[in-house]
Amino acid sequence: MLSVRDLKVSFATRQGELRAVDGLSFDVGAKEVLGIVGESGSGKSVAMYSMLGLVRDANVSISGSVKFEGREILGLSDREMQRVRGGEVGMIFQDPMTALTPVYTVGWQIVEQIRAHTEMTKVQATARSIELLGEVGIPNPRSRVNQFPHEFSGGMRQRVVIAMALSCNPKLLIADEPTTALDVTTQAQILDLMERLQQSYGSSIVIITHDIGVIAEMADRVVVMYAGRPAEIGKEIDVVRYPRHPYTWGLLGAVPRVDSKNSRLVTIPGTPVSPLDVPDGCPFAPRCEYRMTICDQRPPLHGSDDHLDACWLSDEQRLQIRPTPEGPEARP
Amino acid sequence: MLSFIIRRLISAVLVLFAISVMVFLIFFATPGVDPAARIAGRSASPAVVAAVRAAFGLNRPLPVRYLLMMDHLFIKHDLTSYVNVNTPVIPQILHAAPVTLSLVLGAAVIWIIVGVLGGVIAAANRGKFIDPLIMFVGIAAVSVPAYWLGEVVNYFTQSKFHSSVFSWVPSSGYVSPLTNPWQWALHLLFPWLTLAALFAGIYARVLRAELVNALNEDYVRTARAKGLSERRILLRHALRCSLISIVSLFGLDFGALVGGAALLTEIVMGLPGIGQLTYNSLQNLDLPVIMGCVMYAAFFVVFANAVVDVVYALLDPRVRVA
Repeated sequence: MLSVRDLKVSFATRQGELRAVDGLSFDVGAKEVLGIVGESGSGKSVAMYSMLGLVRDANVSISGSVKFEGREILGLSDREMQRVRGGEVGMIFQDPMTALTPVYTVGWQIVEQIRAHTEMTKVQATARSIELLGEVGIPNPRSRVNQFPHEFSGGMRQRVVIAMALSCNPKLLIADEPTTALDVTTQAQILDLMERLQQSYGSSIVIITHDIGVIAEMADRVVVMYAGRPAEIGKEIDVVRYPRHPYTWGLLGAVPRVDSKNSRLVTIPGTPVSPLDVPDGCPFAPRCEYRMTICDQRPPLHGSDDHLDACWLSDEQRLQIRPTPEGPEARP
Repeated sequence: MLSFIIRRLISAVLVLFAISVMVFLIFFATPGVDPAARIAGRSASPAVVAAVRAAFGLNRPLPVRYLLMMDHLFIKHDLTSYVNVNTPVIPQILHAAPVTLSLVLGAAVIWIIVGVLGGVIAAANRGKFIDPLIMFVGIAAVSVPAYWLGEVVNYFTQSKFHSSVFSWVPSSGYVSPLTNPWQWALHLLFPWLTLAALFAGIYARVLRAELVNALNEDYVRTARAKGLSERRILLRHALRCSLISIVSLFGLDFGALVGGAALLTEIVMGLPGIGQLTYNSLQNLDLPVIMGCVMYAAFFVVFANAVVDVVYALLDPRVRVA
């Protein structure tokens, strides 16, 4: 349904070319949930925003191909893109506290979106927005619809944003760190809500996050991004249970565990490379424990059909480094 | 909302009271300032000064004098000037106020329209040629002093080209809109433009900065993700939120101008407004007139601020609760 091929996004800056996304390819099938995971600055949000024409920087250059339902949407005119955004693709943002215009009621803002994409009258659209607010679990939607964003809590605002994103029955929902700004109990509620709505609305979801727990909870497939490039792509179960790329090992290792005796948090040594200065070879090499000479060359994305990774390590080497009870070969 | 307005009005009255007390104390209780000596004249004998003091009630306790002055100003409406004895104060103010109000109201309409248009056009075209152009014209207009701009305008419209292009421009002065609305507007046209030029530039610059900020806000990204047109995002979302600061700026400027801050424009353009009246009364230390002018000015400043707060609350729902 969504098919991205070799997406490249770079910004011309005074310090030179800033390559934010460098050759990202993935597919999202119908009703599928794709998780994109990576550290801050790995280019995951920029990739999504540039796909939808939401990067307004004059110095940006975007290349590659983004096909949505078979139609190329990269390079569509502003007008055509407006029909796609909000109508066919809904978006949920990271910080619900600032995502809504403060001076309008939430109902007004949902009605605005519905009316931008459908022929509904104001009365119909208002009725629909009340219905939507009820669906996303806002109590008393009939009176809440006339309240302003500042009268809602963070979690409730995120529900409003979700209701708004769903208002035109989009085929694809892009959620950019939808739970990052919320407290933990609210996070779980919002994830549950998104799962429930995904089932009832049947839309595909791309969920961007740096929280591998969110991926494990929601995603069918995962893209692990590092420095604007995909490090590993595969089914959620494969990537989380049988990770192949050293960076993914690091990410998974950094999840705090309740049963761990070691009270210090595990980190990946080093810092992410600056997007201004991505090495020609493997971008993760400077931080990688298993660096080899060949890492000066850029590793291709390879592997079996639906579990790809960009690393020069051979299967034997990986097994040695990370002997898992079921091991990569022992996989069914 | 109604209780908000009532609360706001009560506090406005309190502020006015405080201002009147302060102005009174500044002019009547400051050491070294003896109104009686001023009234009596430069070389008056102590006996005359004492007589004057008794005649004007200046020998009575301060609170009594304050109350008497307020009584004359607000209740009996018969406060008289100290300098031109027996000239009542209130008619002078009532005579000057419409001139200033006409000048400021007309100019305000022009500078709001020009300023908002300029700010929106500049923000919509940021990065292109027209944006720095508008900003440059804005800063140039702000930097020009009123008396210079006024004199230049006068020079061109009243003498240099008065016989050709500007033959339709009447000589400076004021005509009441009640006697001849057309002449009223014609007489005020260039004063309006002169005064508006000083403010339109600031407003355009402030609004542009606010708009550019607003356009980087998350809610604008949400609006784009909703698939709204750029025009709608600019006008309904960014401009709507940016207007809040323009309104508060306008309230302050409007109140101050109506209260007499348009003095320079009034003098250059030969308009007998509040600015001129205040200036003259300060020159003569004519305390009742000063008091009247200050109270009038304070009323407009406070009133304009109260209106701003109410409009503010209408524009920004977050303010209503507080």
